[in-house]
Amino acid sequence: MAATAAKAAPRKTAGKSAPKPSAKNASGTSAKSASGANAKSPVSNGALKFSKDEELRAYRDMLLIRRFEEKAGQLYGMGLIGGFCHLYIGQEAVVTGMQMALEQGDQVITGYRDHGHMLACEMDPKGVMAELTGRRGGYSKGKGGSMHMFSVEKQFYGGHGIVGAQVSLGTGLAFANRYRKNGKVSLAYFGDGASNQGQVYESFNMAKLWKLPVVYVIENNKYGMGTSLERASSTTNLSHRGASFDIPGEQVDGMDVRAVKAAADRAVKHAREGNGPYILEMITYRYRGHSMSDPAKYRSKEEVQKMRETHDPIEMVRKRIVDGKLASEDDLKGVDKEVRDIVNAAAEFATNDPEPDPSELWTDILR
Amino acid sequence: MPIEVLMPALSPTMEAGKLAKWLKKEGDSVKSGDVIAEIETDKATMEVEAVDEGTLGKILIDEGAEDVKVNTPIALILGEGEDSSALKNGGSGPAPKAEEPPAKAEVEAKSGDKSPAKVESAAANPPQPMAQPEPDVPEGTEMVTQTVREALRDAMAEEMRKDDTVFLMGEEVAEYQGAYKVSQGLLDEFGKERVIDTPITEHGFAGVGVGAALAGLKPIVEFMTFNFAMQAIDHIINSAAKTLYMSGGQMGCSIVFRGANGAAARVAAQHSQDYASWYSNVPGLTVIAPYTAADAKGLLKSAIRDGNTVVFLENEILYGQSFPVPKLDDYVVPIGKARIARPGKDVTLVAWSIGMTYALKAAEKLAEDGIEAEVIDLRTIRPMDTETIIESVKKTGRIVTIEEGWAQSGVGAEISARVTEQAFDWLDAPVTRVSGKDVPMPYAANLEKLALPSVDEVVQAAKAVCYR
Repeated sequence: MAATAAKAAPRKTAGKSAPKPSAKNASGTSAKSASGANAKSPVSNGALKFSKDEELRAYRDMLLIRRFEEKAGQLYGMGLIGGFCHLYIGQEAVVTGMQMALEQGDQVITGYRDHGHMLACEMDPKGVMAELTGRRGGYSKGKGGSMHMFSVEKQFYGGHGIVGAQVSLGTGLAFANRYRKNGKVSLAYFGDGASNQGQVYESFNMAKLWKLPVVYVIENNKYGMGTSLERASSTTNLSHRGASFDIPGEQVDGMDVRAVKAAADRAVKHAREGNGPYILEMITYRYRGHSMSDPAKYRSKEEVQKMRETHDPIEMVRKRIVDGKLASEDDLKGVDKEVRDIVNAAAEFATNDPEPDPSELWTDILR
Repeated sequence: MPIEVLMPALSPTMEAGKLAKWLKKEGDSVKSGDVIAEIETDKATMEVEAVDEGTLGKILIDEGAEDVKVNTPIALILGEGEDSSALKNGGSGPAPKAEEPPAKAEVEAKSGDKSPAKVESAAANPPQPMAQPEPDVPEGTEMVTQTVREALRDAMAEEMRKDDTVFLMGEEVAEYQGAYKVSQGLLDEFGKERVIDTPITEHGFAGVGVGAALAGLKPIVEFMTFNFAMQAIDHIINSAAKTLYMSGGQMGCSIVFRGANGAAARVAAQHSQDYASWYSNVPGLTVIAPYTAADAKGLLKSAIRDGNTVVFLENEILYGQSFPVPKLDDYVVPIGKARIARPGKDVTLVAWSIGMTYALKAAEKLAEDGIEAEVIDLRTIRPMDTETIIESVKKTGRIVTIEEGWAQSGVGAEISARVTEQAFDWLDAPVTRVSGKDVPMPYAANLEKLALPSVDEVVQAAKAVCYR
């Protein structure tokens, strides 16, 4: 198991005490667009209001992911992380907002761009980073790597390297919840690229047929590796992809953590109350290439730069906190320092922790 | 000339059935499409329709007759202008008695092939295994005769009674009672929450099953046949078999994928592949291929409890075959242990699943020529009980492997490598493989027979390694 690390900020309060955002799209069976005409623009919807605690939590959690991923990028450059490494930078608001809508025991599963999801599930950054560097203190004892990490304790079910597989698996998690009648909901994250896989639709069908408590979160970052959504998909509104199965869906501004949280509340409620699956298409953006070896020549520097300057999920929260005087610059600097310390400690651990014992080659094949 | 109505086959592998009911009586007029009778096997009922117009002149097989062979005339229809005097010219005499118990009787699978078929293979007349099902069975244990199909059903039912995290999902497993009737009665006993009909969506429901297993349930996922599991193989291997390792032992996948594997009869290339060697290539998988009903029961129970990802390869032709099964409250067979089905000293024959039918028959023939073959039923392909094979080879100095799958990279090839590595000095002849021919399975009856191994090929191979 991963080493125990300093637990970060208090966060058990989230999701419960916060004022409920308007639930204008809570029901209905036809797919529709949640945030109006253009989900790509930052939403300045007055209804989307976060409490001070929520703003601060969102800021800290997103910042942790950002700094962690930047550090991972650095370690990759130093040769400490091998193989594939897919960074989540730019998409932090999606997992952070979704997680704020969950209860203890709800499950999360995703694809290969999974570091952010693990941190959002409160997995130990040291254990995650040590897995990236292939060390014995990693979540998988160094045997899984970037794309294959799990935590039974935190209800994180991976970390899957086969594009689309997590959609069927996440549907199976929901199946288990319904089988046990435990009232839990599973979140199955996948990208715009995976949204064209056949098993996604096989899963949609079964999930609706059996009314399984699953929320499908499509992280549409506009590119499946180097191919833009427009070049890969005959229809580009992915929130409509459940229409054939009568699964409601909505497009969400995935750069605004408040919009994500509001949509997540609706979707999770829908699923938890026994109405079956729900689709959320998160319009988001990754700043980096698909993986570390991707120079991202398929899009312009200006496109990325514009996104960073005007839609950055963390900057938007920070601005609200400062403008609304929810915290002082010094307070925020304190958060920045705390996050940097956590990330540095994780990197330190991941650099110095020994590699797995050679005998580990032969363990964990069968139990 | 009166028209003969023949006993139809419900499926490519059906050889006989019961004439359950006559819906018309002698003298009734019938027209094309009228239902005249109902026939049934142990797993399905089907209506017999008249294909000609006329009068039902004579019923040749009485209602309730069992074991009526496929293609036996069951009635005569008189055409226009014919009267009962014409019956003298047609098929007559007493209803032919079934000579032997039916070897197998299946409904059509997805292929929908209902054409009558004659199967002439070793499997059609199964030799009875000589040895006890399991040496560990206490002396004096009562044995009951069960088909493989019944034994599999009982194994699932017993484990489901014991552990409510065990459930069955697959195509037609619930209301239809199983495409091959393996899950007969389970829906009634356990309800639709635990016996779940899936849509025809192998990739998807395999993934759903694996997801449920990751969450701690113990699914039994039935593939109607393993041919369709090719659509799902990514989940079997990438999502199920590798997860325990990829999670550093933290998250395992307790799941059984089971269903008919290999050639049935006359269903051609896409429905006739043996996947034993494919799955046996993968660390993290346990691969089981039983022959007897006792092993089917005991090994399936072990598989469900095992806690790992198990691929359980059944065989359609064996489903209807009967074997003695120990009558015990909890009969389990250990995974990874071969069984010596017939002891011998001159040559080792290694087989599993339906391959055992060739091996045992060949051993009988070889005995007539004074060659005592030792027949090993491998039962588990992975982990392979190499020790039992090696010990046998040290005694006999000769080995022939038998499988219906292809030779290249086959299970026989693996056994050959292990024997060569571990018992080279004891070998008196090259390790020899009898396998399915290196072609896609043909449809034509004669070609299909040629494509499969035969008892004669096993006998010849055994004699060759004995230099006789």
